[in-house]
Amino acid sequence: MPEGLVYTGIPSAAELAACPGIPSRERTAKGRVAVIECVQEIPCNPCERVCKRGAIKIGERITELPRLDGGLCTGCGVCVALCPGLAITVVDKTYSATEASIDFPYEFLPLPQKGGLVEACGRAGERVCTGRVLAVKKTAAYAGTAVVSIAVPVEFADDVRTMRVLRATEK
Amino acid sequence: MRNVAAEVAVIGAGPAGLCAAYQARSAGADVLLIDENKLPGGQLFKQIHKFFGSGEHQAGVRGFDIAKALLTRVAESGVRVKLDSLVYGIQPDKSMGLLDAEENCLLRAEKVVIAAGAKENYTPFAGSTLPGVIGAGAAQTMIHINRVLPGKRVVMVGAGNVGLIVSYQLLQAGAEVAAVVEAAPRIGGYGVHAAKIRRAGVPIYVGHTISRAYGGTDGGGDCGAGAGGVEHVEIVRLDENWRPVAGSEFTLDADTVCLAVGLSPMTELIWMAGCRFEYIPAFGGHVPLHDHNMETTVGGLYVAGDVTGVEEASTAMEEGGLAGVAAAEALGYLSASAAARKKAEIAARLNSLREGPFGDARRAAKEKQLAAMARFCSCEAERGAV
Ligand SMILES: Cc1cc2nc3c(=O)[nH]c(=O)nc-3n(C[C@H](O)[C@H](O)[C@H](O)COP(=O)(O)OP(=O)(O)OC[C@H]3O[C@@H](n4cnc5c(N)ncnc54)[C@H](O)[C@@H]3O)c2cc1C
Ligand code: SF4
Ligand code: SF4
Repeated sequence: MPEGLVYTGIPSAAELAACPGIPSRERTAKGRVAVIECVQEIPCNPCERVCKRGAIKIGERITELPRLDGGLCTGCGVCVALCPGLAITVVDKTYSATEASIDFPYEFLPLPQKGGLVEACGRAGERVCTGRVLAVKKTAAYAGTAVVSIAVPVEFADDVRTMRVLRATEK
Repeated sequence: MRNVAAEVAVIGAGPAGLCAAYQARSAGADVLLIDENKLPGGQLFKQIHKFFGSGEHQAGVRGFDIAKALLTRVAESGVRVKLDSLVYGIQPDKSMGLLDAEENCLLRAEKVVIAAGAKENYTPFAGSTLPGVIGAGAAQTMIHINRVLPGKRVVMVGAGNVGLIVSYQLLQAGAEVAAVVEAAPRIGGYGVHAAKIRRAGVPIYVGHTISRAYGGTDGGGDCGAGAGGVEHVEIVRLDENWRPVAGSEFTLDADTVCLAVGLSPMTELIWMAGCRFEYIPAFGGHVPLHDHNMETTVGGLYVAGDVTGVEEASTAMEEGGLAGVAAAEALGYLSASAAARKKAEIAARLNSLREGPFGDARRAAKEKQLAAMARFCSCEAERGAV
């Protein structure tokens, strides 16, 4: 089976490596930063508009891929909630000595509880590890999308992109 | 038979019709907007996801919120709106049969804009007449309008944007999606929509199709579809010539099969009026010829939105706006220069929506449609000259 977004629904390693929305290794090492996994030219540009720092550039042609300027991004997370493709996360590999934090959009109920444990999942919905919920934000400006922040072991920071709420029996 | 009259009659209150009505009305025309549904907004009221497009097209705003904004604008502008009313026929002189709350009326308008949208396609397979086999649009209506879950475990057929988005909405509503099956070798819809449902754990099988739905026993009883409905679904892999590969079948438990196998423009009224058509597969089948004003080969009859070729709400809004401006201009409510300015702005936005790998095919299709119209017009002109 061929790899890649149009065959599997999952951006391949090669697609992510070539994606202009992914921050550099050096930038990631400095702390909170947006990771924009938008690898296909679609007519879309709200991320550019909502980033008040000007860290996301698309330009006149709205089908261009969003380019992240890691130097300007503060990791504020506004774009995470407002990207209609749910393609953006904010990753902080410096969250603690051993943990990274991942902020991702989440549009299912029930929402997880702050402090609770969840199943941290990858791009195919597979379980990667256990995550600890740091925050759940759902403001009016987010227009219905919640942003959940979880802590996971730092070695999983590039693999965890979402979560599943654990059922009572799994806790 | 009661007579109903308007300067501009707009058939269909989806994004295209709403924008056409608003533009014509705000230029000063008397506008009657008609929809067979009890709620205006067309497809938009079923779209709870955040839209794509540019900021100008309200990207990032959820579909039903876009509809609400359009409706408010239309209501404030003074458009007359008739809901629960069906236009069931039209003559080449543009006089129309209108069922207004079951009363049969004769509707006449100097300019008519048809913005009737599109209808869902169907695909036959063994067991496709079992209860529990439904259209993706029906699933959306059940979830968002009627607030009932069509089933507990769903197999979605089709990985275009509709199949992907409705799968996501089924998950949000609490159903399980057993799989998305796509006959083509690649996912047709936007990758970000596919990625959302993959992250939620839904497998997508490209190069596969549904070969059979089993059921019909009482065992289906506790499922959404009711007794006698779908219980299992057989999936089969297709080779490069789209032929089923023997021995590749596998079975999934499911009580619902959702078909999202494409949309076709709802062109019945436009055929009836005697308009010329062109067959353009990228647009979903036969589409009416129209010029840059959205006017068809029948003078004073305009078309806009999915009915001119299946695209998106963003393009539907712009085409509607064009038709509204052109109708108002033809009625003398806008000077040629004012209308030209508005039309140029809209055309520029339409162009930006028909770019990139997804837009290129639609742009080529639209160019083909406009070129066919130009050919038709020059033939007519020649004939007139003889
Ligand atoms: C699942 C799904 C997701 C989508 N997501 C997006 C998206 O993210 N972004 C985007 O831009 N687009 C999206 N679209 C596409 C968008 O919804 C349509 O392209 C758009 O609604 C077309 O607008 P329209 O006005 O042409 O037709 P419609 O919205 O279909 O409206 C047509 C209206 O005409 C009425 N009507 C028809 N015939 C008659 C008659 N004879 N008499 C009276 N009334 C009549 C109908 O009742 C209907 O209300 C999506 C579509 C679907 C199905
Ligand atoms: S996280 Fe904030 S600063 Fe960084 S790209 Fe997103 S909106 Fe801009
Ligand atoms: S808003 Fe999201 S989907 Fe749209 S271009 Fe930006 S990153 Fe891509």
